[in-house]
Amino acid sequence: MALQPFLALGAILFAIGAYGALTKRNLIIVLISLEMMLNAANINLVAFSHFGKTPHVAGQVFALFIIALGAAEVAVGLGILLAFFRMRNSADVKDASAMKW
Amino acid sequence: MFFGMPLTGQTVSFFLLALLIIASGVMLMTLTKVMHMAVALAGVFLGVAGIFILLGADFVGMAQILVYAGAITILMVFALMLTQKGDDTESPEASTGRSLLTLLGVVVFTGIMLLVLRGTTWPYSQSAVDPYTQPTVVLIAQSLYHTYTIPFELLSLILTAALVGSVVIARKED
Repeated sequence: MALQPFLALGAILFAIGAYGALTKRNLIIVLISLEMMLNAANINLVAFSHFGKTPHVAGQVFALFIIALGAAEVAVGLGILLAFFRMRNSADVKDASAMKW
Repeated sequence: MFFGMPLTGQTVSFFLLALLIIASGVMLMTLTKVMHMAVALAGVFLGVAGIFILLGADFVGMAQILVYAGAITILMVFALMLTQKGDDTESPEASTGRSLLTLLGVVVFTGIMLLVLRGTTWPYSQSAVDPYTQPTVVLIAQSLYHTYTIPFELLSLILTAALVGSVVIARKED
């Protein structure tokens, strides 16, 4: 097994997540797509931690940090989403245009 | 030989997991019912956990299952249930033209990335055996509590602040 297949998988997963984040209209689906992009980054980190010139566990530690930060991000994002839904009775990105110029 | 790689159990399981991840991701983007999307999401996260375990990072894989496939998927399902008004189909996407242009941009991006990955000579990257000298849990613990102590503590601060903040934001004002 080599390094490149894992990096290619990370790139494809990142691209799928980017497509969802840019085109979906449901705010929750946008959040889900962001999580997929974070996961793609994690695949790269762990792959380099395993296949790097000097294999080191630091990549796994960084992946753990990203997992924890992703959990915090989801908590805050869903809190904002629920407040927004209570205010506008909608979870559509089109309705979240109050701060658009 | 399979795509230039020897046909071992590791290669086969990698391709099965990659198939699971990419199929679930594409399903996530094409399904219309939001509940089905949540199931596809669990597929993506479990596949990524499998990739981690395949790479010898069993602790990270288990953390991925606990945090992503367990907690975050369930949280998303709850949020989807709380923000639905009768119909459970997703509102139609942005205009077709914009979707197609985004798809084009994403495909071009992926193509360039894959070409660059193919063209680059990576530092020696054929490690057949497990590269870690000790169990990874031991190595992670040493790294986390010796080298990265301050980031670790800051992270716990961020988590606490984020959880308290999300409760404050989502609370009913009265």
